[in-house]
Amino acid sequence: MEHNIYGYLAVMAAVSFAIRVLPLTLIRRQIKNRFLRSFLFYVPYATLAVMTFPAILEATQTPLAGALALAAGIWLAWNGASLFMVSAACCVVVFLSEWVLC
Amino acid sequence: MAEEIAAGTLRSETDNKGILQSDAAVLRSGMHDGMPIALGYLVVSFTLGITAHTAGITPFQGFLASFFNNASAGEYAGFMLIAAGASYWEIALITFIANARYLLMSCVLSQKFAPDAPLYQRLLIGFDVTDELFGITIARPGPVHPYYNYGAMLVALPGWSVGTALGIIAGNVMPPAVVSALSVALYGMFLWVIIPPARSSRIVAGLVGLSFAASFAAVHLPVISAVSSGTRTIGLTLLLAGAAAWLFPVSAKEENHGA
Repeated sequence: MEHNIYGYLAVMAAVSFAIRVLPLTLIRRQIKNRFLRSFLFYVPYATLAVMTFPAILEATQTPLAGALALAAGIWLAWNGASLFMVSAACCVVVFLSEWVLC
Repeated sequence: MAEEIAAGTLRSETDNKGILQSDAAVLRSGMHDGMPIALGYLVVSFTLGITAHTAGITPFQGFLASFFNNASAGEYAGFMLIAAGASYWEIALITFIANARYLLMSCVLSQKFAPDAPLYQRLLIGFDVTDELFGITIARPGPVHPYYNYGAMLVALPGWSVGTALGIIAGNVMPPAVVSALSVALYGMFLWVIIPPARSSRIVAGLVGLSFAASFAAVHLPVISAVSSGTRTIGLTLLLAGAAAWLFPVSAKEENHGA
């Protein structure tokens, strides 16, 4: 009951920092194991893909707008568009499609 | 000054990109790539601020929380528990669970650091391992160039923490159409990271497609959908990346090609 908000914030910050920094500071050498190396190679693709879909459908007011943004983003990224282009195009697609749909 | 430039070039030469770039140029390129991230953060953290407000967090406390946590799901869960008057242990546990994926990302990044990279660089860059900054760090070929991350952090950190404070102050003033449009900026960034390697590697393409499908299924399956999204992300990542590594181990040559 005697918990202070700054105490809470300090605990949150300490845990977040430890999670992020421990592997980076403790693993100093190149990992030799082929399975582990392959696993770490594939992790970003799996994580980012899992976080993108279907979350993008829930982020917008109508799921269809999110789906259109997903299609536009995949098409642009596939064709080598820049980070800014892909990101901005997704936003514009959502804005315009919701303007028509809503 | 001249010495600084010389030292800068020397460090860049060890960067096996084959392109000579000064630290200042790399810093600028990091800030450039960090801009869309910062904009996306501003919007997402604004909505986070609205939640924090309901938990009785002041704008200054919200700023601190976001500056030192840099985590949407983790902070959201934390604010909810603060509002419920939870214990410090409970806050620590929920922060750990909601942010455990950063543990994986930090393991991946450890392999992208030069083995002799000094401790302060690892601490500084580790401090701001987020989904988005991890994404652009992985997309950049060669070992981690700290100035690239510093540049991105210079714009992303204020975007996230100021956005949270603004959300607490301003509440629901932004039109929902604008919030909705800006909320997909971060997903656009994720696509920019994963799609080009999927184009050049069928295995990565298959993994991305399978991840989409599995994630979609997990959201709708009865038991799994009850698990928090952070935990689902970890579970699916371990499963899918593990299966891919087991079935299609990569050679050193492929590694440099892809991520």
